[in-house]
Amino acid sequence: MTKIANSPDYPFKESPSQTAGPYVHIGLTPNFCGINGVYDADLGSTMVSDATKGERITLELRVIDGGGAPLRDVLVEIWQADANGLYNSAAEWRGTADSAFAGWGRMAADAETGIMKFETIKPGPVPFTDGRMQAPHINVWVVARGINLGLNTRVYFDDEAEANSGDPVLAKIEHRDRIGTLLAKGGDGKYSLDIHLQGPRETVFFDI
Amino acid sequence: MKNSQPSVANYFTRDRAWHPKAYAPGYKSSVLRAPMRSLIAIGNSLSETTGPAFGHDIIGPLDNDLILNFAQPGESAIGERIMVHGRVLDERGQPVPGVLLEFWQANAGGRYRHKKDGYLAPLDPNFGGCGRTVSGDDGSYAFRTIRPGPYPWPNGPNDWRPAHIHISVFGQAFAQRLITQMYFEGDPLIPICPIVRTIDDPAAIEQLTARLDMNGSAPMDALAYRFDIILRGSRSTLFENRLEGN
Repeated sequence: MTKIANSPDYPFKESPSQTAGPYVHIGLTPNFCGINGVYDADLGSTMVSDATKGERITLELRVIDGGGAPLRDVLVEIWQADANGLYNSAAEWRGTADSAFAGWGRMAADAETGIMKFETIKPGPVPFTDGRMQAPHINVWVVARGINLGLNTRVYFDDEAEANSGDPVLAKIEHRDRIGTLLAKGGDGKYSLDIHLQGPRETVFFDI
Repeated sequence: MKNSQPSVANYFTRDRAWHPKAYAPGYKSSVLRAPMRSLIAIGNSLSETTGPAFGHDIIGPLDNDLILNFAQPGESAIGERIMVHGRVLDERGQPVPGVLLEFWQANAGGRYRHKKDGYLAPLDPNFGGCGRTVSGDDGSYAFRTIRPGPYPWPNGPNDWRPAHIHISVFGQAFAQRLITQMYFEGDPLIPICPIVRTIDDPAAIEQLTARLDMNGSAPMDALAYRFDIILRGSRSTLFENRLEGN
C-alpha cells in the first residue's frame, strides 16, 4: 500500500463485530449451560463479598424484543464504580477503588423468565468529562443472537431524582420522555428495569 | 503544559458503516432485536475509559487447549488439530497486553454442546467447546483446538454457517468491549452466509478471515491459523493533557 505524506498513521480498523449467537453461554457462562469442569466458576457471577463496602442492591434486568417477548438467550455485562464512585481499573486516576469490589458482572438470562439478577452495590457518583458529577449509574452491555454489535446503555436509579436532574448524559437526551427508559424502579435495595430493543418504549442506547 | 488530571484516553469513534448493520433482514433474528432509534453520542467519561481487568492467575493450564480441556484423561477431541494465534492490537497498531480473550465453537461435526442445538451431528464426548487466555506483553495470544464444522441453521430454507470460532475480547476500557467471529481462509460458505453478510464492506469480512500459517504449524501435529484482533484506538487530548501515555 502506498503511504501518502501527511496522512495520519492509523494502520488498522477495529475488527468488525459479529453476533454473539444463540450459544454465547458456552463461551462466557459455560457452567450455567452445563459445561462443568473446564472453569471453576463463571466469571462475573459473584460481584460482592462480605468485605465489599456499600449499600447492597439487587438489580433485575430483562431485555424485551420488538414483539414484546423477553429475550431468553441474552447475556448482559455490567460495569460500575464502587460505593465512593471509583472504578477498579488501571485507567482510574482519582484514587484506589475498593479492592473487594471488581465492579464487573456478567449474567445470562434465565432460560424461562429472561431475568438477569445482579447482586451488587449502589455505585457512587462519577464525574463527566467536564468535571460535572454524573448521577449514580451502571454501564450496561447487551449481546445476543440477532444483535450484530453489542449495545451500550446505562441504568440510573429512579429514587435519585435530584442527581438525575443534573446528570450531563441524561441531559443529552433530546426527547425527555425517553429518560424513563433508563430508570430502574424499586426501593429497599431492590431495583428492576426492562430494556426494550424496539417499540414506543425503546431504551436509549449510546454511542460511546 | 500539564493538568492535574492525567491524560485521559478518548477512544476513536466506532465506524458503524464498517461494523455490521443492526437491522439486517437477511439475518432474521435481527429484525425484532435491532434498535430503531438513533444512538445518542455521549463521549468518553471514566465510565467508558475504565474497564475490568483479569490477571493471568485466573487462567488454568488447559484453558487455552480445547482439544484437552473437556477430554477424559488420555483422550482428546476429534477433528483437524489447529492452533489459532495472533495479536491483540489497537487501531494505531499498539499491542493491547493483559486482556482476556474467550473462545467458543461447534465441534468437528458442526454441533454445539448446548441443549438448544439439535443438529443431527453427534456430540463429541471429549469436546466442550470453550477456552480462554490472556494476551501477553506484546499483545500475543494463542489457543489450540479442532477446526469446527459448518452447520445448517434455521434462517432461510437452506442456510449454512461457515466454519467459525466466536471470540470475545476485553480491552483496557469498557468502550473497547467486542465480540466477533473468526472465519477460515478459503471457505466457500463465507460469502453466502447471512450473518457474514450483515457486514457490507468486503474488506471488513477479509479482516475476520484467518490465514493459514504454515510456518506456525507443528509438523505431524497441527496446522496454524493467524488471526489478529484490532480494538478501538485512543488519543489523548493534544493540548490540555500530556501526550505521553497513549
